[in-house]
Amino acid sequence: MVNIDEGAHAPPPAEVEDLPPPHATGWWSRWVFSQDAKYIAIQYAGTALAIGFVALVLSWLIRMQLGFPGVFDFISAEAYYQFITMHGMIMVVYLLTAVFLGGFGNYLIPLMVGARDMVFPFVNMLSFWVYLLAVLVLAASFFVPGGPTGAGWTLYPPQAILSGTPGGTSWGILLMLVSLILFIIGFTMGGLNYAVTVLQARTRGMTLMRMPLTVWGIFTATVMALLAFPALFVACVMMLFDRLLGTSFFMPTLVEMGEQLSYGGGSPIVFQHLFWFFGHPEVYIVALPAFGIVSDLIAVHARKAIFGYRMMVWAIVIIGALSFIVWAHHMYVSGMHPWFGFFFATTTLIIAVPTAIKVYNWVLTLWRGDIHLSLPMLFALGFVVTFVNGGLTGLFLGNVVVDVPLSDTMFVVAHFHMVMGVAPILVIYGAIYHWFPLASGRMLNETMGRIHFWVTFLGAYLIFFPMHYVGLTGVPRRYPDISASFVPDSVMTLNAFISAMALIVGAAQVLFLFNLFWSALRGERAQPNPWRAASLEWQTPDMPPHHGNWGAALPVVHRWAYDYGVPGAGADYLAQTDPSRRHGEDIA
Amino acid sequence: MVVAAVLVLVVLGSIGFHLFSPWWWTPIASNWGYIDTTLVITFWITGFVFAAVVLFMAWCVWRYRHRPGRRADWTPENRRLELWLTGATALGVAAMLAPGLWVWASFVTVPEEADEVEVVAQQWFWSYRYPGEDGRLGRADATWISADNPLGVSPHDRFGADDVIVDGGDMHLPLDRPVKVLLRSIDVLHNFYVPEFRAKMDMVPGSVTYFWLTPTREGEFEVLCAELCGTGHGFMRGYVLVETETQFNAWLGEQLTFAQTQQDAPVRFAGPTGGTP
Amino acid sequence: MTVVLGFIAAMIAAGLWWLSRQGIFEKPWLETGESPRAPGPAAAPSGVGLGTFLVVVGGLFALMGSALVMRMGPGDWMALRLPGLAWGALAPLALASAALEIAARAERRGEARLRGAALGLGALATAAFLAAQLSVWRDLAATGPLAERLGASFFLLIGGLHALHLAGGLVALARAALRPAGARLCALYWHALGALWLVMLALLGGAAAGIAAFCRAVLT
Repeated sequence: MVNIDEGAHAPPPAEVEDLPPPHATGWWSRWVFSQDAKYIAIQYAGTALAIGFVALVLSWLIRMQLGFPGVFDFISAEAYYQFITMHGMIMVVYLLTAVFLGGFGNYLIPLMVGARDMVFPFVNMLSFWVYLLAVLVLAASFFVPGGPTGAGWTLYPPQAILSGTPGGTSWGILLMLVSLILFIIGFTMGGLNYAVTVLQARTRGMTLMRMPLTVWGIFTATVMALLAFPALFVACVMMLFDRLLGTSFFMPTLVEMGEQLSYGGGSPIVFQHLFWFFGHPEVYIVALPAFGIVSDLIAVHARKAIFGYRMMVWAIVIIGALSFIVWAHHMYVSGMHPWFGFFFATTTLIIAVPTAIKVYNWVLTLWRGDIHLSLPMLFALGFVVTFVNGGLTGLFLGNVVVDVPLSDTMFVVAHFHMVMGVAPILVIYGAIYHWFPLASGRMLNETMGRIHFWVTFLGAYLIFFPMHYVGLTGVPRRYPDISASFVPDSVMTLNAFISAMALIVGAAQVLFLFNLFWSALRGERAQPNPWRAASLEWQTPDMPPHHGNWGAALPVVHRWAYDYGVPGAGADYLAQTDPSRRHGEDIA
Repeated sequence: MVVAAVLVLVVLGSIGFHLFSPWWWTPIASNWGYIDTTLVITFWITGFVFAAVVLFMAWCVWRYRHRPGRRADWTPENRRLELWLTGATALGVAAMLAPGLWVWASFVTVPEEADEVEVVAQQWFWSYRYPGEDGRLGRADATWISADNPLGVSPHDRFGADDVIVDGGDMHLPLDRPVKVLLRSIDVLHNFYVPEFRAKMDMVPGSVTYFWLTPTREGEFEVLCAELCGTGHGFMRGYVLVETETQFNAWLGEQLTFAQTQQDAPVRFAGPTGGTP
Repeated sequence: MTVVLGFIAAMIAAGLWWLSRQGIFEKPWLETGESPRAPGPAAAPSGVGLGTFLVVVGGLFALMGSALVMRMGPGDWMALRLPGLAWGALAPLALASAALEIAARAERRGEARLRGAALGLGALATAAFLAAQLSVWRDLAATGPLAERLGASFFLLIGGLHALHLAGGLVALARAALRPAGARLCALYWHALGALWLVMLALLGGAAAGIAAFCRAVLT
């Protein structure tokens, strides 16, 4: 219909300057202080997976305590709170945010939009090193007197900086706050790169609506993160002031263990507003890249154009915008003005509509497709199941009055683990199985991959689906031992089962790590473009792509990223660089 | 084939678990049955959507699995289908939201005739205060707290003298009388949570929060703290006894009033600062 | 959270307006060939980068403004009596902005000497502003413990972060002085930070109380 350059005489001038990125000169600047986004991506992802493994081990300890209270003496109440705090913070911020934006964002954005690198490579490198510093500061808190903070990942004051909480008046909370501040500074450096690269460095022909949904997801999430992380930054700085300078931003007049403290006039609720003003967009900062990536995995492995691309893009943008006016649904029982309940319940449930559209479109992409049950597709299917499950339980918690009995119970824990733990992590795995050949030139081992998938998917479902019912019986979260209480003994049996499953699923992740290293060295060599994908990242002259990505000349894009099964075309896909005029309406 | 079968099993297993497992909420002991009803409505709607989406996906995985020579259909979008699905979703969401907001409106509207009772939390136990003969609670603030005045009742407020102080004991509530539970904390955030009441609310130092309920069942129920409040959080438990009004009044008569607790010790101002009264 | 919500709403509106002009209502599968909507060379990446960064900084200060307005309780707020120097410090800040504007224009016309002098003047004026701020903080800190003086605490917090941003700007300024380009970006940064500080000072100096009263009136 709109064959733009039909009858065009001369090619339009290259509008993107094709400047080669700075060349690495020595071993250090090539492998360590690299300014190549592909290396930075692997550094980011490697660091995130390493610290994420610490959080995984912490989850085993948490489940050992919950499933078999009293058996493991070394897990005191104090240690338990330290474990859950570090587990939560690492998983949400240092693993998920860092892997999706710092890892996949760095690797895929330049390749998918046809750029040679990020627009500010030096700042991009600094971003990783500041992130690494943040991770080291966080890890250091395990080794300081008093140990890491046990304030819960929400770090609610006043308890976070008082003596009744592990690390509250010693090093723990300070290191946590400093580490978060560093993380945000590092992220801002990277985020500027991701956003401006998408805005300014797309190659010729790469319009916004030709970008793969992966780029849309990561781009929107980055913009959201740039607006949301400052809230956490402000909250952390203010809490540092309270703790170190004796200000009272979050501290009212209070009596701790019978002793009057010198604070007065502050409000703990202000912290909660700031925290969740970051915290809720953060859920979508993790979810939107996952949405984007899973769309691409499904389209490629079902050999079918993504269903409703325009709706998918609009939904991503609308979800991103709406996510800034739903934050107080985390605060229904915080004692804020009851009027807010009406407003935030309504906005929260409205956001379910664009989210549901995305789910329908994934499933409708499978419909009448040509479904290859490869590993990335399996993980994508697992994602849809767990995300639908977790998203639907979100409707319980978003609907203000239903939240009242369920808030602060294990139901909440089950919900957010399903929706922003299991679901995005399945996408991360799917994405690694999908793009590992591009980054390493080798395929990941299929047998180990299938074991990994089935144990992780079914195991995680068996952990978190029953956990909702533990919460429904009334078991509050953040209780190291609920055995001697109102709950029937059968709940403890269920808890023990969940713990056993958690250890099994954990073991499967060790298998995955082994597969990663083993396949990087010994894996089967990959064909160029092994999945026959249409998007630009697979069309590089070399695989893995070399420094500068595109060899002599930047690619020119002639079509969108989803030309699979175009009627009348010979192959079952047309790469984005394919100059043929054929498009989907050429059926006649 | 296997994948489709497993997806079907996930749906059947989840529904079966929901219907046949012994794990369900504790029997309710308050007037908030509507909350349970809203929850059940939500279960039905979301359960239907979950089953529909995953079963359809399982069918697609089986029906459109790759076979040699197979090619996907070309359907980049279908406006009518998408609009129809959007409308149906909006309807389902409204069907959950409307009853939810309606119940919330009654949750935040305290009846005029409700009795007041105050719960005071501190690391890591509960105390309670009942209005005395005058039916009104005196003012209280953390600045007045001392060893003899653990709840910080203002010695200058005439309504406070006959307040009944229950420091560290159990809470008692009369059956079938609406009660507005005022919540106060003197150190960190806590949350007054009785699973059988369904209602809960955070307690925030520096301000007073509340919820209301009418106990509808006699018995002894466990009180738990539901907002992380430090190392002792998991052990911050207590009991609330719901009993007939006669039993309740008899119990209340045996407790000490604020004036009685202050007889031996003169009231002192505590703390380094005067604070704001 | 009114302040930051207003800020975010403005940013989102601008973003949606921009997106609506990028063909997001077209059907991309019907377009083949090099599209006319190729990314335009409108602005250099560094300009867009600085613009994006200023949005982030704007959000940061809007959030602190929000926290300030939220803390304006009717009872426990003790109004901050700002020392005269806090207002007087605006003069060097304005001077710095003006000097950098001159430098930027000189750069465009290729007048290297004027550019160098103006950049130097800008740096000096900024240093004077920072010194004045430091002195205000010392005055405020010397008045007594911060525990019950939220106004002074907020002045330290917001002023401190603002000063850190300016100090970071000085590093960029030094870099620009050694190169032939970059004065325009420095000027933009200084204008933005100057405007932000003006708004923040107005909030600290009493405007926040008005906004807080308005919010309470809406709520009740």
